[in-house]
Amino acid sequence: MQLDTNYLQTKGRIFDIQKYSIHDGPGIRTIVFLKGCAFRCRWCCNPESQRYDIHPMTVNGEEKVIGRDVTVEEVMHEVLKDIAHYRRSGGGMTLSGGECLLQPQFASDLLFAAKQAGISTAIESTAFADFEMIEEKILPHLDLFLMDIKHMNAAKHKLFIGKSNEKVLANAKKIAERGQNLIIRVPVVPTFNDTEEEILEIARFARSLKGVKQLHLLPYHRMGQDKYDGLGREYLLKEIEPPTNLHMQQLLEVAKTTGLHVQIGG
Amino acid sequence: MAQFYSEDIEKSPRITRLVEHLYADMPVIEADRAVILTKSYQETEGEPIITRRAKAFQKICEELPIIIRPEELIVGSNSQAPRGCQIFPEYSFDWVEDEFDTFETRSADPFYIAPETKKALHEVFQYWKGKTTSELATSYMAPETLTAMKHNIFTPGNYFYNGIGHFTVQYEKVLAIGFEGIIKEAEAELAEHTVADPDYAKRSHFLNAVIISCRAAIQYAKRYALLALEEAEQCADAERKLELLKIAEICAKVPGKPAESFYEACQSFWFVQMLLQTESSGHSISPGRFDQYMYPYYKKDMDEGKITREFAQELMDCIWVKLNDLNKVRDAASAEGFAGYSLFQNLIAGGQDAEGLDVTNDLSFMCIEASMHVMLPAPSLSVRVWNGTPDEFLIKAAKLTRTGIGLPAYYNDEVIIPSMMSRGVTLEDARTYNIIGCVEPQKAGKTDGWHDAAFYNMCRPLEMVFSNGMENGEQVGLRTGEVEDMKSFEEFYDAYKAQMEYFISLLVNADNAIDIAHAERCPLPFQSCMIDDCIGRGKALQEGGAVYNFTGPQGFGIANMTDSLYAIKKLVFEEKKVTLAEFKQALMMNYGKGLSKELTEEITTKIVKGLAAEGKEVSAREIEAIYRSVKYDTVSEQDKRKYDELLNMIDRVNKYGNDNLEVDLFARDVAYTYTKPLQKYKNPRGGQYQAGLYPVSANVPLGAQTGATPDGRLANTPVADGVGPFSGKDVLGPTATANSVARLDHGIASNGTLFNQKFHPTALSGMEGLQKFVALIRAYFDQKGMHMQFNVVSRETLLDAQAHPEKYKGLVVRVAGYSALFTTLSKSLQDDIINRTTQGF
Repeated sequence: MQLDTNYLQTKGRIFDIQKYSIHDGPGIRTIVFLKGCAFRCRWCCNPESQRYDIHPMTVNGEEKVIGRDVTVEEVMHEVLKDIAHYRRSGGGMTLSGGECLLQPQFASDLLFAAKQAGISTAIESTAFADFEMIEEKILPHLDLFLMDIKHMNAAKHKLFIGKSNEKVLANAKKIAERGQNLIIRVPVVPTFNDTEEEILEIARFARSLKGVKQLHLLPYHRMGQDKYDGLGREYLLKEIEPPTNLHMQQLLEVAKTTGLHVQIGG
Repeated sequence: MAQFYSEDIEKSPRITRLVEHLYADMPVIEADRAVILTKSYQETEGEPIITRRAKAFQKICEELPIIIRPEELIVGSNSQAPRGCQIFPEYSFDWVEDEFDTFETRSADPFYIAPETKKALHEVFQYWKGKTTSELATSYMAPETLTAMKHNIFTPGNYFYNGIGHFTVQYEKVLAIGFEGIIKEAEAELAEHTVADPDYAKRSHFLNAVIISCRAAIQYAKRYALLALEEAEQCADAERKLELLKIAEICAKVPGKPAESFYEACQSFWFVQMLLQTESSGHSISPGRFDQYMYPYYKKDMDEGKITREFAQELMDCIWVKLNDLNKVRDAASAEGFAGYSLFQNLIAGGQDAEGLDVTNDLSFMCIEASMHVMLPAPSLSVRVWNGTPDEFLIKAAKLTRTGIGLPAYYNDEVIIPSMMSRGVTLEDARTYNIIGCVEPQKAGKTDGWHDAAFYNMCRPLEMVFSNGMENGEQVGLRTGEVEDMKSFEEFYDAYKAQMEYFISLLVNADNAIDIAHAERCPLPFQSCMIDDCIGRGKALQEGGAVYNFTGPQGFGIANMTDSLYAIKKLVFEEKKVTLAEFKQALMMNYGKGLSKELTEEITTKIVKGLAAEGKEVSAREIEAIYRSVKYDTVSEQDKRKYDELLNMIDRVNKYGNDNLEVDLFARDVAYTYTKPLQKYKNPRGGQYQAGLYPVSANVPLGAQTGATPDGRLANTPVADGVGPFSGKDVLGPTATANSVARLDHGIASNGTLFNQKFHPTALSGMEGLQKFVALIRAYFDQKGMHMQFNVVSRETLLDAQAHPEKYKGLVVRVAGYSALFTTLSKSLQDDIINRTTQGF
């Protein structure tokens, strides 16, 4: 137990804070986007989140600096501005990224500070980190783990994401075993994982996790495409179309056969 | 079992057909009322004004053509054409004649007017020269007031040219005792006074006028009974025949006698509502707490098994349709300010009783259901929200919001009740408040609130600071000194406050002049008999008969003034990046973005008058040359760059609407420059002035008359709507915006504040979306916000509707304190709505 307020001075690197998020956890939430990620998903809608270093990006023709170093206290000052809304809606703070687990102490202290303030905490994460760290630093202060599982096939995972999925799947099991409230989320990306077989395989895995009841299917969208230009990077998924509503509905029905509660969108 | 019936109720196919019939054609201007009124006035020359008003109302009730529209269950129309309107020359008429040929083609709220109607109106208008309220009001006004109005600092146009309206009568009294009961009350009151009493002459004439008016209303209903009977006799359809016979039976009984069933109560209510809007041209005649005063009749019929929920709903739906049958033609400028054929008949559901208990009931839910069924702008549906409001009620309301119709508006009891009490309203009366028109709280049946007394443009006094009170060579405002000489922000801000106070005093002068003109020329006996304590005091409402009397003119432009004054504070006085002289130049040149025709003319006039003042003669050719040079050659490339740089600097200063404590507290103070000076004034009815903070839709037309402002807003563009941030300046989402707006002092703005938010439909999807939406409202209200309303429609939809209006005839959007059909709005107002930030991605 931390008895002093030193944790408020812990520094970390973020690239955005977004208020009135209503699709990432219960109630009205504020999302803190931490910078840096181990994955390089081709569809990533926040490509500016991937590198840990602070760098420029062109936004609407203007050069913008992406990333800033802040203390827990500074973040909480911003997050708690919406406390009236959390109180009424049961909402709170969600850490996203990037991958928040790559800044373990900062993430841990943010979550601790949020719990101290009496608001709900969630993380949106790939769980690509050491389980011991997650268990020690994150889970004690965490209400909801929104965990991405993108594919069950290790090779395909590595091809599209840059890393294999073994650690992710193993952590999912351990986190579930700990009794953590856990929701599995799948970005549905055409040419990558949008067949009925692939989705069903993920859903079966999710169903096998202890205590997991919900699966969210998040349809691929192109909202991040302009950012690749802004970063001077090539967008590799130019050719693919977002899945149709009909197709998403079919995938939903397939996933539902596992007995999970499945929804489209967060 | 659930406490309320919150399920959907099936919509009768009749309702769809009623709506189709109502909107089949462009509305029509009719001359009947004006002709009958004028005849009556000619017959009553020399009699007391209150008697003349009563006799005119009587003649109108006797002679105005009546009509039952196909399939109606609730009858009573004051025009032959669906959504037609009558003319009220006793208030003003010049503009009607001036606009005869443009009514049909104007962009906002067009009307058809037949050649014979023009002729009939032209003839009766001859009688009215010199006899209207607006002419009398003008002659009562101080010269400096007229100057300020000419320069559009404020505009009391609404009451200047029309009836006052903006009240809620005691519908429950008519339902309970009928007009026969009210006649008895007036007779008893008469009997209590003797002819030798000092005020007997006026009192007796007023009470007799009440009696004449009540009898006229009864007579009017009986004409409908006869008409229904006639139509029934000729009706081949057996089912319709029965309906018409029922209508005949009911109209023979109410509103003269007490209503004894829900159907009778509905018809009685309707006669009151439509006759009030035949007596005067005031708008915002608001049904108020319909779910409360109608509930006993509904419950009794339900308990006794005399009515089905579906039929009760159908009757309510019929009333909802009828509320859209009433219409009013305004002059072209006002039509822009109140765009959307709106009469602002505000009907409110939910809330507390006099003892502070929640009284949401099944009818509260059915009010929301009715709006879902008809999907029309009227009534302006409102819901009251407090800590005791059932969640399921707000969820039902949010479902209506989700349709994108812009209804209902949400009101916070926890702010409004203490706010009203601070103005002398009792706790019991405050708890049972309802909303008038757009957003104005009052106690029904006891108040003459003058809730919409003027638009006061808070940007214009700032222009006066920069021009030292001069405009077009005329001294309009105070001489607060040249800005170039101002040494501190305090000095500058004081100059603004001085200009504000000066123009507020002129606004009061204008409103009081109009107030007296209405009392002298258009006291309204029919309306007065349903508002306490007119009968007891023996006075019409316009003469001070009400228990509570207010005047509530509304200020707007808070966001622009906050951002403007804050930018000056920061850039000129703290960071010293730019001087006031440079700012003045930039504003005059509209930041180098080109000048509108108006502005070019204005500057040309200024230059010419300046030359004339120096004794130089200016020929027409020289004036043309000056005009051309002003329009085309004034801004060098170098200056343009300088102005762009200034705009960039302004852009980087923090703006209101982003949950920034310092800026928001500054906004609070800026709002006080309007609300505080105003509340010290009194009106001729013995009541107090109280501020509202909302522009209806006048932020667009009045913005068009406003020069560039130091917040970077360009000349002649809309100013901010309501108490919200300036379009596009709030970038942190709806919670941040709401938190900012909640930091204003809403309590002092006891005439109402208006906070518009626009949501994308995705933000309200699913039960979870609805719950989070309700939480947002509750959280805004926890922080002492007063009112909130929403447009839920996608930007793409609006753009498409603008391009293909024929596809979107029925698209209703929230404009200001009301909703309107999007396609009937002017292009600039449509643009303004599209540009309001869409929240919720």
